[in-house]
Amino acid sequence: MQIYDLIIIGAGPAGITAAVYAARQNLNFIVISRDIGGQAALSAEVENYTGYQVISGPELVQRFEEHMHKYNINLRENEKVLNLKKNGENFLIKTDQAEYLASCVIIASGKQSVQLNVRGEKEFKNRGLAYCAICDGPIFTGKNVAVVGGGNSALDAASILIKIAKHVYIINNTESLKGDQLLRKKIEQAVNVTILNKSQVLAVAGDKFVKSIEIKNDGQEQELAVEGVFVEIGLVPNSEFAEGVKRNQKKEIIVDIANQTNIPGVFAAGDVTDVLEKQIIISAGEGAKAALSAFGYLSRRKTENK
Amino acid sequence: MAKSIKVYSTPTCPWCIRVKNFLRDNKIDFQNFDVASDQLAADEMVKKSGQMGVPVIDIDGQIIVGFDQEKIKLALGL
Repeated sequence: MQIYDLIIIGAGPAGITAAVYAARQNLNFIVISRDIGGQAALSAEVENYTGYQVISGPELVQRFEEHMHKYNINLRENEKVLNLKKNGENFLIKTDQAEYLASCVIIASGKQSVQLNVRGEKEFKNRGLAYCAICDGPIFTGKNVAVVGGGNSALDAASILIKIAKHVYIINNTESLKGDQLLRKKIEQAVNVTILNKSQVLAVAGDKFVKSIEIKNDGQEQELAVEGVFVEIGLVPNSEFAEGVKRNQKKEIIVDIANQTNIPGVFAAGDVTDVLEKQIIISAGEGAKAALSAFGYLSRRKTENK
Repeated sequence: MAKSIKVYSTPTCPWCIRVKNFLRDNKIDFQNFDVASDQLAADEMVKKSGQMGVPVIDIDGQIIVGFDQEKIKLALGL
């Protein structure tokens, strides 16, 4: 089996930026990813990526991708990493399609949506229940929908849905909405929004498609007639596959300022790590740092082996 | 004979963009239906696929939900 200098896991802002840097350092590497863009591709409007005053998430990701493809990069898309572990001097990566060896690894696998874990969630997934407002929102034009959650991703989903849905219920389990103040104001002022604080979803119901949800609002059980439910209750890091890599309580991979994990040769960057803030521009910067650290690691190893 | 290929998508969904790019990269002609603006197409998509997620690809009557590269390749004989 050939041994790559580097394998980058994930192709969001961190992974793509790492790939651009690795290509410019002439490393022999591949990128393995389930998708392109990760959470960034699911953002409605991005207004804080320097150089773009306003750009949609999918468009920004398209630019990232074009930049990456300027170099001849071996990208293995639609492939899921199942396990990463030390193998002698190298690292062995098992995916749902193949096995690979590399001298070092950058984990940039990001985060994914947390599920509700209520009755009806599995049955109605894609039958009215969705995890991506920017993808599936337009199907619910003129319909009543619910957004579950009260943070930035819930606000983002609500801001998309207020423009197209008939009415938007926000089911938030805390005292009040959190997240970006401007966005919150915009949603609170919309005429077709009802914010239900101190509320939880108990079940999703319907026949072939979603017809209603059962909720508990301030201790009171009630039923809401909605055809769409958007689950935006947070994200969990995709860090399970990394054997022996230290994580914090939130399951984020712990990295130092050089993006080094507790295992020499394994670096991590972006939302999958314990980096202070989860922002597209920060993930991109972290990806660059990780690639430079990986390059330094490989150079040191070569000198030592001489 | 060329296969009849319909893609049901929304302009903003990342997987829709990937499906369309994939077909273009493989020089495959397709008809795109924007279900965000075309309510009839949206109904047709839900009826055909029995679900409400985009993208949906109809290859000569074979329905594929999502950007499932392997299934799409198989259906297209790539």
